[in-house]
Amino acid sequence: MAQLRYREALNAALREELRRDERVLLIGEDIGVFGGAFKVTEGLLDEFGEKRVRDTPISENTIVGVGVGAAMAGLRPVVELMTINFALLAFDQIVNHAAHVHYMFGGQARVPLVVRMPQGAGHQLGPTHSHCFEALFLHVPGLLVAAPATAADAKGLLKTAIRDENPVIFIEHESLYGVRGDVPDDDDLLVHFGRARVAREGSDVTVIGVSRMALTAERAAATLADEHDVHAEVIDPRTLRPLDLDTILASVRKTNRCVIVEEGWPHGGVAANLAALISEQAFDDLDAPVRRVSGADVPMPYSKPLEDIAYPHEPQIVSAVLDTLGIDPAARAGARAGASASSSGADGGAG
Amino acid sequence: MADLPEPAVAREWLQTMTLIRRFEERAGEMYARAKVGGFLHLSIGEEATIVGSARALRDSDYLISTYRSHGHALVRGTPPENVMAELFGRVDGCSGGRGGSMHMFDIARRFMGGYGIVGGNLPIAAGLALACDYRGTDDVTLCVFGDGASNQGTFGETLNLAALWKLPVVFMVTNNQFGMGTALSRHSAVTDLQRKGESLGVPGMRCDGMDVADTHRVVCEAIRRVREQRCPLLVEAVTYRFRGHSMADPEQYRSKEEVAQWRQRDPIPAFGERLVAEGAIDEDVRAQIDAQAVARVDAAVEFADASPFPPAESLYDDVYVLDPGSTGSYSVRTTDPQANAEDESPRSPHDGDASEIPQQMSEALAHGEDAA
Repeated sequence: MAQLRYREALNAALREELRRDERVLLIGEDIGVFGGAFKVTEGLLDEFGEKRVRDTPISENTIVGVGVGAAMAGLRPVVELMTINFALLAFDQIVNHAAHVHYMFGGQARVPLVVRMPQGAGHQLGPTHSHCFEALFLHVPGLLVAAPATAADAKGLLKTAIRDENPVIFIEHESLYGVRGDVPDDDDLLVHFGRARVAREGSDVTVIGVSRMALTAERAAATLADEHDVHAEVIDPRTLRPLDLDTILASVRKTNRCVIVEEGWPHGGVAANLAALISEQAFDDLDAPVRRVSGADVPMPYSKPLEDIAYPHEPQIVSAVLDTLGIDPAARAGARAGASASSSGADGGAG
Repeated sequence: MADLPEPAVAREWLQTMTLIRRFEERAGEMYARAKVGGFLHLSIGEEATIVGSARALRDSDYLISTYRSHGHALVRGTPPENVMAELFGRVDGCSGGRGGSMHMFDIARRFMGGYGIVGGNLPIAAGLALACDYRGTDDVTLCVFGDGASNQGTFGETLNLAALWKLPVVFMVTNNQFGMGTALSRHSAVTDLQRKGESLGVPGMRCDGMDVADTHRVVCEAIRRVREQRCPLLVEAVTYRFRGHSMADPEQYRSKEEVAQWRQRDPIPAFGERLVAEGAIDEDVRAQIDAQAVARVDAAVEFADASPFPPAESLYDDVYVLDPGSTGSYSVRTTDPQANAEDESPRSPHDGDASEIPQQMSEALAHGEDAA
């Protein structure tokens, strides 16, 4: 077991897969000489050379399309987009082409392509560099969507993504790149798609956290246990497509309550989608409506105090959990979390 | 004027151009009879660009095209039966009935697809060429698109990248004078399209797209250079589409006189007459070639009509490549395959849009049949 930063775990996954399979190549802006905007690809150009680690012009739609074509011809390209907002420039190639080629040509061609991109707020990058778009990609049949929260999952899921026969949107989180975690040493240790991580077991409420929010939810669960004697089960889906709905439903059937936490926007969001699936399939097991805690329904503002309240933090999760359990935080001794008292409103705001 | 090739080769060019012409005429008829749904973009008038360029390829080279791609499938050897079945939306279609007119595909023949998004195929072509280079083969990719696509962002992005990475792609812009209904001079500031790649490091060439021999000569030279020098070239094939942009096109943007003028240069009669004049074939053979094409297309229609529609149970097939170890939910199946199974037959493709298509169709049909 090694202690690696999230970015180092990703780097290790890329390095191992480049060594393992000659067909794997990396394509992206500033991934080579510069070492990657977030240093995920640092050192790979030196080891693998310009044939396999390819710096590109700033042409997002085309570099994803090059990945589609190379994948159709049998290579396994891994394309890096510098931030998830830039993926919008490549939406034509991602949706009309990568996602649809296998289906629209009757299964003749495969697109084993990985498109990596970081998302997330917290660095004051404003409305064009800070969003969370899991839901946009989750919406599209033909795409797989992975969103690791830990270093171990970052490595294990990326290796699986590269070996998968389908196009995979691999969503990293900017705030996690420097976070350390235990990562197994085994080069062949994969984290399979469609298997959620139960980050913490509990019996009172199910809290589902997506991407970074899995970690925020874990911290909230610790607070809930310590200060409110509430035992939350925290689930990190890890991949949104395929989705480990069985694990989620089993947990909801046990706890009878569910709070879903995501950083993205509330309308048509991941949480909205999960809430619908849970309501459709476990309605009779629910003792309260499924609650959502999501990013604020606004473009991401630059100013620090505004940015801070535009995405969820631990107090909002604690508050939502207490609310779904019908607990008045003020009535509890030592309910420090109650200081935020900001029940995440039905309008889906973060604060 | 480019020299004629060996008589057998010249004859095959005429046969294939004639097959494409007769195929598309019948496809238009089948559209009018609602056997074909959606859009139908015909390349009638442009056959010399298709055959002249594709015949410059080796079997291992890639060809990638647009939504006007029936001819590109046929020229690569996809049986007309499977192309017609695709138009009919049948299980034996070359894309299994999933793609339709705009999305023909035949991976075995390295025809890497028709694409419905204007300019969408250019980056993919660069990716195919990258794979050839990566593997150390000297295969090339011929990427065909229209004059309208030369204004898309992917044109600039892909030509730049291909020149930068020295990718073996022949970009062929089929200049049929219109981006849908907008004339070249109204949609492109530079109308000398062969020069449109110069600032991106991609030199250009031009051929007479109404002359299969000239198209072949120029594209052969382009492919030779690209294969040897491993760098992209742009070829402009100057041509004209005799029919509307699609079947739903009243053609108010051009005059009948203009169309009639271009029709005088119809590439199929022109080439047939030349073959007779230069003694490569006689009039009997010329007539025979046409009769054979008509017969083959008849067989294709018969085949397509007999082919079943894809079963409802297949709706979710091939969204993903799944292996036995796959876990989790890949698709939310909101559609019950049995729900529609009680309908006696699938709806005619044109049901439900009766207010729109037939009116436009009748406009297109008013232009009459195209004679080879």
